[in-house]
Amino acid sequence: MRFWIILMSLLTTPAAWAAWDVNMRQGVTEISQAVYGLHMTIFWVCVAIGVVVFGVMFYSIYHHRKSRGAVSDTFHESTKLEIIWTGIPFLILVAMCVPATKVLIQMYDASDSDIDIKVVGYQWKWSYEYLGQDLGNGDNLAYFSNLSTPRAEVYNEAPKNPNYLLEVDEPLVIPANKKVRFLITANDVIHAFWVPDFAVKKDAIPGFVNEAWTIVPEPGIYRGQCAELCGEAHGYMPIVVKVVPEDEYVAWVDNKKQQIAQARGITPSVAHR
Amino acid sequence: MSAVIDNHTHDHHGPKKGFMRWILTTNHKDIGAMYLWFSFAMFFVGGAFALVIRSELFQPGLQMVEPEFFNQMTTMHGLIMVFGAVMPAFVGLANWLIPVMIGAPDMALPRLNNWSFWLLPFSFAILLSSLFMEGGGANYGWTFYAPLSTTYAPPSVTFFIFAMHLMGVSSIMGSINIIATIFNMRAPGMTLMKMPMFVWSWLITSYLLVAVIPVLAGVITMMLMDINFGTSFFDAAGGGDPVLFQHVFWFFGHPEVYIMILPAFGIVSHIIPAFARKTLFGYSSMVYATSSIAFLSFIVWAHHMFTVGIPLVGELFFMYATMLIAVPTGVKVFNWVTTMFRGSMTFETPMLFAIAFVVLFTIGGFSGLMLAVAPADFQYHDTYFVVAHFHYVLVPGAIFAIFAAMYYWLPKMTGNMYPEWLGKLHFWLSFVGMNLTFFPMHFIGLAGMPRRIPDYNMQFADFNMVASVGAFAFGITQLIFLAVVVITIRGGKKAEAKSWEGADGLEWSLPSPAPYHSFSTPPEVK
Repeated sequence: MRFWIILMSLLTTPAAWAAWDVNMRQGVTEISQAVYGLHMTIFWVCVAIGVVVFGVMFYSIYHHRKSRGAVSDTFHESTKLEIIWTGIPFLILVAMCVPATKVLIQMYDASDSDIDIKVVGYQWKWSYEYLGQDLGNGDNLAYFSNLSTPRAEVYNEAPKNPNYLLEVDEPLVIPANKKVRFLITANDVIHAFWVPDFAVKKDAIPGFVNEAWTIVPEPGIYRGQCAELCGEAHGYMPIVVKVVPEDEYVAWVDNKKQQIAQARGITPSVAHR
Repeated sequence: MSAVIDNHTHDHHGPKKGFMRWILTTNHKDIGAMYLWFSFAMFFVGGAFALVIRSELFQPGLQMVEPEFFNQMTTMHGLIMVFGAVMPAFVGLANWLIPVMIGAPDMALPRLNNWSFWLLPFSFAILLSSLFMEGGGANYGWTFYAPLSTTYAPPSVTFFIFAMHLMGVSSIMGSINIIATIFNMRAPGMTLMKMPMFVWSWLITSYLLVAVIPVLAGVITMMLMDINFGTSFFDAAGGGDPVLFQHVFWFFGHPEVYIMILPAFGIVSHIIPAFARKTLFGYSSMVYATSSIAFLSFIVWAHHMFTVGIPLVGELFFMYATMLIAVPTGVKVFNWVTTMFRGSMTFETPMLFAIAFVVLFTIGGFSGLMLAVAPADFQYHDTYFVVAHFHYVLVPGAIFAIFAAMYYWLPKMTGNMYPEWLGKLHFWLSFVGMNLTFFPMHFIGLAGMPRRIPDYNMQFADFNMVASVGAFAFGITQLIFLAVVVITIRGGKKAEAKSWEGADGLEWSLPSPAPYHSFSTPPEVK
């Protein structure tokens, strides 16, 4: 039985998996698109330098070979050349630093956030705590987010669903078009909170609180993974962010607070702020 | 009369017979050869671990190993390749070649040399034995970030620390020996600025080693204290700082990566001129560029930590400093290309590996430049893009340079020419296999696959499969190299003293194979 499932999944592979993506995803936020822009700029700078350097090199490999009767020249130094090829790359890099610095300054500006969420990495799950969303007993709205992929899919006993290893029981929910600040830390070892579509990646370090922020214009579901080796199940602690319109978010928070308050036996009237 | 005396001394100091020759030897060629064989053995061990990793990653889902063992494989692969394969190979080449390149009879400190080598087999036996211990071997990545490697580590971590200490002692003694040899044993007339590039690159590398291996020793000692003696250097709960670990580790770790590439620069600076039949272009700028790279390597460590949350100003400083490294590295590449320009080139195996080195190392340099852009690094960091980057600088960088060096100097070492067709076969299969393995890793990294995971979503499946096929091709190809070395040692076309038409340097003035003791009277360098 198991053999046939593996065989079937193998045979259907190309159609179902076809993902020959070769480039970084642009993501959905202003920052992630700025990062994509920097990525493409530096990539083309490298391509241009590569074309010149390898061009000269392959020209000489073709023309200046002994089998074509090439006789070697005797020149072996030129201060002028050395200065030129020290100076030009230096100027290119300075030019590259300008936009990179601008984007970095933007990424570091987590001020004036609308919503603050404390993200805590555990071996091997995430917890999300909505700061200022009191349940009524002084505790904030908080919950764990665990991998929901069944073991049978991991061990090839069932066909894998498209969100294999990138699905959780309870996603992080945030509103669209609001500045959300993540306060990131960890409970045990170092983890890293990464959502590629937001270009947000920050290490979650025990004893430290790191900041990152995002404004997501489009509602949708965005998936990421822990990006720092954190032990056995490092590959099994995904991040799923559900971005919803603001009114939906407000309703979700109320609902979620009631649900947790009820489960914990806290009076709902107090919980409802 | 003098002939009689010569004979007598020769008998007295010739190699011992049998096994004890290798245990007791103080001869730089014996020790160099042992380093090279040890490194080669570790290359296959580390390679076998890599193939376990690539088998598991052939498809999504868990097929071959459990995640816990997978982590031990990634960790051991990294540690063995860095400390067991690449570093000892370069030290072996240094041992064999530096004395014959500078016209010295041997290394300055021959007994220390013996000890430096013999620590290594024990160090790595301890490291590998940890795989069989209760709780498993090292599973915290070759960068062993605390507290995963301290509070949360398997008990075998103390053995790992001891193994690293032994390896460090060996490296420090080896580099002290190299510095002492280069400063004291050069033939009359060989000023510093007349030294061969390989000797220069090793002089600079030795200083890097002497400077940073004690830092590694410090960080692992702090780990040892945290684990066994109740301190809290890296434990936030006790007032310690997990980020301190990373600062100290990378203060060692970044120069370490240059330790693995500077000798390669030196090797390529011998081989390209030899097969282009043209003097190395810009010798002095090559020396200055190597020194600048070594200096800069001390002030860029935090570019490995862009996502750790260092302050904006720190982030900017490390971004600028890192980009600056591209300048002297570029100078080296431009000089190699200009050396080829208007040369009279032939393409024997060493030259093929050297040219592949220049092209593929430059590609690794390009991805390094991309990684230096801090905002973009937020997307690249800890993904397969990084894995692609450092394998591009280490495999066709360091390892291709080692292959190039072996093919180039094997005639001097063995007295025989290697079979050229087999060397070329080895090169082309390695070239294809290596690119098939590591080039797709750029794509899966950019698509968002984190490194060090045993299992992944289907969107990463296609290129992972390609990479795994490439890895097996590359791995099996290395058996050809083993065959080449064995065949060449056993026989083959006799090598001339100057084995290559364009070869230049004192080592080629010795007969092939080089006698057990060479340059008992120093040659004159003009």
